Amino acid sequence: MKVRVLISFKDSVLDPQGQTVKNALHSLGYNFVKDVRQGKVFELELEGISEEEAKKIIPEISDKVLANPIIEKFTWEILQ
Amino acid sequence: MKFGVIVFPGSNCDYDTFYVLKNIFMQDTVFIWHKEHDLKNVDCVILPGGFSYGDYLRSGAIAKFSPIMQEVKEFALKGGLVLGICNGFQVLLELGLLPGAMLRNKNLKFLCQFVHINIVNNKTCFTHKGKKRQVLKIPIAHFDGNYYAPPETIAELKKNNQIIFQYSDANGMVTEQANVNGSLENIAGLINKEGNVLGMMPHPERASESILGSTDGRIIFESIINYLG
Repeated sequence: MKVRVLISFKDSVLDPQGQTVKNALHSLGYNFVKDVRQGKVFELELEGISEEEAKKIIPEISDKVLANPIIEKFTWEILQ
Repeated sequence: MKFGVIVFPGSNCDYDTFYVLKNIFMQDTVFIWHKEHDLKNVDCVILPGGFSYGDYLRSGAIAKFSPIMQEVKEFALKGGLVLGICNGFQVLLELGLLPGAMLRNKNLKFLCQFVHINIVNNKTCFTHKGKKRQVLKIPIAHFDGNYYAPPETIAELKKNNQIIFQYSDANGMVTEQANVNGSLENIAGLINKEGNVLGMMPHPERASESILGSTDGRIIFESIINYLG
């Protein structure tokens, strides 16, 4: 089973890297880009557990390890 | 009294810290490898600077799962003195022994330079040899030192006098310009509510001999030694 976890900064947290990317896009003329938030992607390959178990364990892993809940939030999806 | 310096793969200020404690302050000091389970009866644990686990995932994020960190956590919860310097501070935040988190520096640059910090609270076992609002010149060397915590946590830190050091100018003025990395409230160091766990981004071990340009870092070690002595 393949799972993709997407980590991004909470809306309340400034993202200087995203801001810099946005400024670069603006300098290239892409002025319609209103905001950029940079994040991280993790692709996990799981085996030996059911989809039901995975649905419980993925938020646990994300909360405990992949993301720092003070500054980051996460979403995830099962790819296959 | 005995000091223990924890060594993670990627620590690079462990020897500096050991050297300062052992050779400058003549203290009994031991290294403790992160895979060990025994704190060797030390009275103060120091988490040194560096790049534990290459700063993969987030600074300090993997180190918090090292076997010895369970012992460090228990030691801290029992009131043992723990000092986290730079990466060590980041580990303490990830571990939850101190509140908040570190973001990338606001200018997205790795900062390696002398800064001025002032002692906001000198009524702690880490700062009592200094004066309130005393300005210290101590170097920083980090990429992720932009302290962040939600507003309610910041309010709590202020209320409990947990902010110990703030980035300031040479005269001790806490200005936006002096806030090199963008930290909320110019925070350069903070302590837990109980007062036994301190995290700081500047490196006192790099400012303990005049040949290195400053001896202001000595105040922190002198305070600990005096407190434990």
